[in-house]
Amino acid sequence: MAHSVRRDAPELPDFSLLKRLARDQLIYLLEQLPGRKDLFIEADLMSPLDRIANVITLKQHDVDKLYKVEYKPIVSTSDQLCFLIRPRIKTVKWICDVVNTDKAFGRFRRYKIIFSPQKFYACENLLEEQGIFGDVTTDEWSFYLLPLDDDIISLELPEFFRDNFLEGDQRWVRTAGSALHLLHSVYGPFSKVYGIGRCSKMAYESWREQVEEGEQRARQAEIGNVFLIDRDVDLVTPLCSQVVYEGLVDDIFRIKCGCVEFGPDVTSSDKSIKVMLNSQDKVFNEIRNEHFSQVFGFLSQKARNLQTAYDKRSGMDIKQMKTFVSEELKGLKQEHRLLSLHIGASESMMKKKTKQDFQELLKTEHSLLEGFEIRECISYIEEHINRQVSMVESMRLLCLLSLTENGLLPKDYRSLKAQFLQSYGIDHLLTFSNLKQLGLLVEQQPGETLTVMESRVGKLVNDKTAGKLTDAFSSLSKKSNFRALGRRLNLVPKSDEEYDLRVPRDMAYIFSGAYIPLSCKLIEQVLERDGWTGLEEVTRMLNGHEFAVTAGSNGSDARVKTDSQRIILVMFLGGCTFSEISALRFLGREKGLKFIVVTTAITNSARLLESMLDNHA
Amino acid sequence: MTRGKPDEEEYWNNSKFKAFTFDDEDDDFTKLKESKRAVNSIRSLVEEEDEEDDVEKVSWSGEPVGSISWSVKETESSNRSTGEVRDQSFPKIHTAPSLPKNSSGYSLSSLFKGKAKTGSFQSFSESFGDPSIRNYAPELRKPKSEYKDYVSDWTPEETVKRMQQGKVYSLEKFRSLQDKLLLLDEAVNAHDGNVITAVLIYLKKSLSKEILFRELITREIALSHYIHYLKEIGEQKLLVELFKSLDRTEDMALMQYRDHLNIRDENKRRDFLKNCLSLPFSPDDATHVQDHYTLLERQIIIEANDKQVESSGQADIFKKYPRKASILNMPIITTLYYSCFYHYGESDGTFSSPANIRKTFRISDKQFLLTCLGARAKLKAWFDVDALFTTKNWLGYTKKRSPIGFHRIVDILQKNNAPVQVLQDYVNLVEDAEQKISLAQKYKCHDVIINTYRDLKDRQQLIVYRGKVERGSSEYRKIEEILSNSQIRWKN
Repeated sequence: MAHSVRRDAPELPDFSLLKRLARDQLIYLLEQLPGRKDLFIEADLMSPLDRIANVITLKQHDVDKLYKVEYKPIVSTSDQLCFLIRPRIKTVKWICDVVNTDKAFGRFRRYKIIFSPQKFYACENLLEEQGIFGDVTTDEWSFYLLPLDDDIISLELPEFFRDNFLEGDQRWVRTAGSALHLLHSVYGPFSKVYGIGRCSKMAYESWREQVEEGEQRARQAEIGNVFLIDRDVDLVTPLCSQVVYEGLVDDIFRIKCGCVEFGPDVTSSDKSIKVMLNSQDKVFNEIRNEHFSQVFGFLSQKARNLQTAYDKRSGMDIKQMKTFVSEELKGLKQEHRLLSLHIGASESMMKKKTKQDFQELLKTEHSLLEGFEIRECISYIEEHINRQVSMVESMRLLCLLSLTENGLLPKDYRSLKAQFLQSYGIDHLLTFSNLKQLGLLVEQQPGETLTVMESRVGKLVNDKTAGKLTDAFSSLSKKSNFRALGRRLNLVPKSDEEYDLRVPRDMAYIFSGAYIPLSCKLIEQVLERDGWTGLEEVTRMLNGHEFAVTAGSNGSDARVKTDSQRIILVMFLGGCTFSEISALRFLGREKGLKFIVVTTAITNSARLLESMLDNHA
Repeated sequence: MTRGKPDEEEYWNNSKFKAFTFDDEDDDFTKLKESKRAVNSIRSLVEEEDEEDDVEKVSWSGEPVGSISWSVKETESSNRSTGEVRDQSFPKIHTAPSLPKNSSGYSLSSLFKGKAKTGSFQSFSESFGDPSIRNYAPELRKPKSEYKDYVSDWTPEETVKRMQQGKVYSLEKFRSLQDKLLLLDEAVNAHDGNVITAVLIYLKKSLSKEILFRELITREIALSHYIHYLKEIGEQKLLVELFKSLDRTEDMALMQYRDHLNIRDENKRRDFLKNCLSLPFSPDDATHVQDHYTLLERQIIIEANDKQVESSGQADIFKKYPRKASILNMPIITTLYYSCFYHYGESDGTFSSPANIRKTFRISDKQFLLTCLGARAKLKAWFDVDALFTTKNWLGYTKKRSPIGFHRIVDILQKNNAPVQVLQDYVNLVEDAEQKISLAQKYKCHDVIINTYRDLKDRQQLIVYRGKVERGSSEYRKIEEILSNSQIRWKN
């Protein structure tokens, strides 16, 4: 099917198969504990579970009652308990308590823990230590991938970011490799893999090993190319305010597993409703990638069209009316419902944003990205802190300041930190320590020593022989180099140029024309160059760990633009934002490519920063 | 590398033993040569060996020279690797932690990088030269235990692999320190955090903590895993010892400080914080922790007092504005706000007075003003608000001053529903005329707008504005009056 270059983008593979696989495996696992049983489900597995199975499916397989894991004593009377959980120590500890309580009361039950997507030795060790290994059987539900939409697949592992980048725990590396392996065996074989970041490299290795361990079937590839990227390669982008519709909805209402709950202020009734947000929603599908400023115009045009369609009724005879009702009305009503929903959401967002002086906030963000009037930005942030406006927002601005300026001047750091602690609580000392560790919010080191050290380490890093050294100097290499990268890759267009948001000319439109997301720019550049050639300076500033590999030797085949070659799977390790997905969709349209985004979780500034908080028991 | 092996032959034939010690100074160049040899050896093996053998050659340093498993599939693939090339195989790339360190520049990764740069790919045969790419899955045919007497014959590499695949494994045979560390390093090289932690759990059980800590100092990745594991299972004490032995005193202090979050009782929490004061924080953090202690100490006093006053019904302020929550564990600024709300005007001497809090916690003028303004505006105490900005000069004239722009003050007042009469006083204080007018328009301060246009002698704007106000209203009349004033020299 190797046609010559076609400009229209290829069809996306059908990912519903992944759901079916997961469902079938779950059913199989439930049947491993025959008979009636109560099922305890970890809170954050509930939504993903909802997407692939429903209560009836579970009931059909002898699940009696469903409970949410709440870390409290249980009330179940069933003789068999099944726990569907993430491999977390806290949850396993709770199960140990449940089982040991039963034992103390002389109560006999059968227990099964199903870990998703895999079990960890640390969890099993805990079962052993608590004396219930053997009383409890364990299984793994390899539910790695949840398709959230036609082009978005999520691992639904928000803890990936903290575990990997803050704690330095590589427990999810193999999980990422396995997820990739699953995609490879169902939609592959991949022919090219590009990537950047330490974790990406490790995930690639893990995947490669799994490919070699397993069987290979020759099949027609549906996905040709893969791009792996670590979230910490670009921390600026997820910290920017989102202004594309879908991203804004996520920032304000929080989309959970492809579903959002709109409150009474949106529905203009007294109740909230849950809405699935994906390409099935025709109205949403047309506005999701649009800059917010364009959405109102679009929606009102749409409303006018709808009115016209309804108006056709007048002057219809009975027969025409009949056809209208049977053929068009339902669609119109549906559209009407969706339209009023999104108009309601837009209004509500507008109100919220006006209230918090969004314009001024955006102006500050853009100044930070541009490196313009930094003193003014600092006093804006200071006042934000002083007025005790949203803690996460203050932290976000501080981090953006630090990332774009390569750290804060020591006196600024001290003063802003002190004010932050005064406003939001001294226990945020712990948060600051985390932010520093991750390189999100750091103090500039006094001039020269750093430069000397850095160039020395930099050289070693470039030689790629300094793995251990890199670790030792990680705090130094965590310098973000944002300004230099921005110049090198033209990430920040000149602000004096007008940017027409109606006709976006590049990916910068997702940030009102102020900034092209670094992550997406890298992807664009690497695909264009078919590798990292010419980007040496960029990768050096990003701390290296880039790679580009091709399978086998049929390189000549790879050059043929088959459909699968124009489908690119981008895997974000540590999460990606809806804005980045919008940017990639834009890039895809421009280049006649289709991007499939695989992410450990959908993230945004609030989620990312909340995962850094430590000020709770 | 000295390893006592009862059956050396078997070791030679079956082991994929790979020595990796932290300080191993082996040369990439050697490795490269070995890789080449490995490729060559594969060819000969393919030709000569029969299917049953699981062969690997090991050099004296313990480096594998090449190995291959002889499951049918594997054979096929290696056959192809010598002749045609398998499409689907990908080359191995070095991940940082497993990199041998030296400066020869002959590392495989740099070789590979050179390849990538030219936009070309690495062929299977090339990548196969890397000893660590070996495929082996002997289980495909029959379990290893069937042809091996002892489970304990698994090498670190095999053991790690089995652990990754969720197969039966045994760690008991790793008894010498060296074996244990080889196992740990192998786990780290496999980049599987789950396995790294599993090995660490074993080492925790089978090594004294002093020895384990000592070894972890030079193994940063394993160390991170260990710390995270201890955090998760809540082994605080051990963690403290670990940080101490690593000389990471600030981390230790912060971690101990963190424990206050688990203490509910405020008096116990305060006492705990007091004990924290002696922990080795960085100088800045020490100040903050001191503040934390002082703050809670005072909050406890204020809370006890106010609770009593409130319930006795003595003070009007509490009757009029009952407290919504206790002040315990609130941030400093919230406490200041509370104090400006309920304890305004108290003398500096009392813990609950705004002045005392300001001084104790070194609150900046700007911050103090903002908080105070918020609290007094909330109470609609406009007189207090005025007083905040009023300063007297040496001649006794009063003047309004503010460390923050008056446009901000207007904003805050407006958010607290200040009436127009109050607002316009402050709008008037905005220096920039344009900003003044836009704020005045936003908050409908007609007088300010009219007067500003008058002062600017801008007749046109005034006429425009006349069209915006209600006909016959006092504003309207005022504009009429000004417009008809012949004394003014209009600029337009």
